[in-house]
Amino acid sequence: MREIEAKKIIETVKDLCIQANYELSDDVLYLLNEALKKERSANAREIIRELISNADIAKKVRYPICQDTGLALIFIELGQDVRITGGDLTEAVNEGVSRGYKEGYLRKSVVNDPFFRKNTNDNAPALIHTEIIPGDKIKITFMAKGGGCENVGAFKMFKPGASREEIEEFVVETVKTAGANPCPPIMVGVGIGGNQENSALLAKKALLREAGKLSSNKDTHKMEKELLVKINDLGIGPEGLGGTMTALSVHIETAPCHIASLPVTVSIDCHAHRVKHEVI
Amino acid sequence: MLKKITTPLTDKITRSLKTGDEALISGIIYTARDAAHKRLVFDMKKPPLNLKDQIIYYCGPTPAMPGRAVGSAGPTTSSRMDGFIAVLLKAGLKGMIGKGPRSKEARALMKKHKAVYFVATGGAGALLARHIRSSKIVAYPELGPEAIHEFNVLDFPVIVANDTKGRDIFEEGIKKYRRKSK
Repeated sequence: MREIEAKKIIETVKDLCIQANYELSDDVLYLLNEALKKERSANAREIIRELISNADIAKKVRYPICQDTGLALIFIELGQDVRITGGDLTEAVNEGVSRGYKEGYLRKSVVNDPFFRKNTNDNAPALIHTEIIPGDKIKITFMAKGGGCENVGAFKMFKPGASREEIEEFVVETVKTAGANPCPPIMVGVGIGGNQENSALLAKKALLREAGKLSSNKDTHKMEKELLVKINDLGIGPEGLGGTMTALSVHIETAPCHIASLPVTVSIDCHAHRVKHEVI
Repeated sequence: MLKKITTPLTDKITRSLKTGDEALISGIIYTARDAAHKRLVFDMKKPPLNLKDQIIYYCGPTPAMPGRAVGSAGPTTSSRMDGFIAVLLKAGLKGMIGKGPRSKEARALMKKHKAVYFVATGGAGALLARHIRSSKIVAYPELGPEAIHEFNVLDFPVIVANDTKGRDIFEEGIKKYRRKSK
């Protein structure tokens, strides 16, 4: 058994919250620069230039990339040979989020109840997904998920005989309906298979993949490429003002499912795609 | 066309603005988002601020670091506020800044009241914060990031999305770049 102190988890989560919100990752910056080359609308190119400049100001002058510093999504891969000492995992993660959002001057965007809606004032609780894996390490992945893009996600249960084209149409339609609201150029995560809640988790996991890195599965890879073309043909463009770059990348994850079902979830992330991970 | 405008936003100014114009706004603007709108509409008999010829910015900024006026301060999705604007426009509101399109009903109301809707770049909160010279909370402090802030802005960059004639930048822009997929 390897012992890891809860204190270490608090510190790691805190740092991830701050780092992700101030420093746009190289993979996303690379895709934004590529989008600048490909975009045909001059106005849209100007917006992409602003986004690149915004990331630069955020990192160097220290302002969060976006004022919506998100709901904190935490994905934990916990090695089964790890024993956590001096506290419990969930409390440690929430304490890390609380400290990160306070010390990092990040916005507290969580309310205590869907109806009473009182701000919790520390952005906790985080949404935590834990998986037990072999080994003696903990991998913690943080994603700051903004409200504007989260609000436009969609789920649909297809009949098992549905074709790839039908599913692609659903994804494209979801992006079309979302329009300008999720802050395009967007990242599109698609979860196909599993069951209802599993497909939603798959869609989020698809977004955690290195931005622009397509699936290693040949068929999925092809679908990701085709979908990107179809989405960019919508003409929505950066901020929805018209253009050829509506999405930066489409990522799909698939999973086995019941003989009667074919669940599909689309989860959209904005161009301020803030994902960071750390292995302890 | 790039236009420099200073608040208060009079009828004369709103009528001169056309969909697609880039504008740099200077002067006082007020923030309000979902929770503040709900409160404002409720308090309209005795509003906490005079909305005549004013601009509301749909924004909930991050906390300011010590020595700074404001934190990151970009726009939020405007359509969530569509259902609230009728009474605000009646009270004299002339401009709104946000991101994303407005409903048909909201656009009709703007046309009727000679108000305009501007978009600022969503997700560019660091860049936009640099145009905010000072900030203070003027209503609903208990709402935290959703409190109404008074921003004093300088050359705050926006694009006119809906002008007083009822034109819409989203419809026009997307139509131009939409392609039929093979």
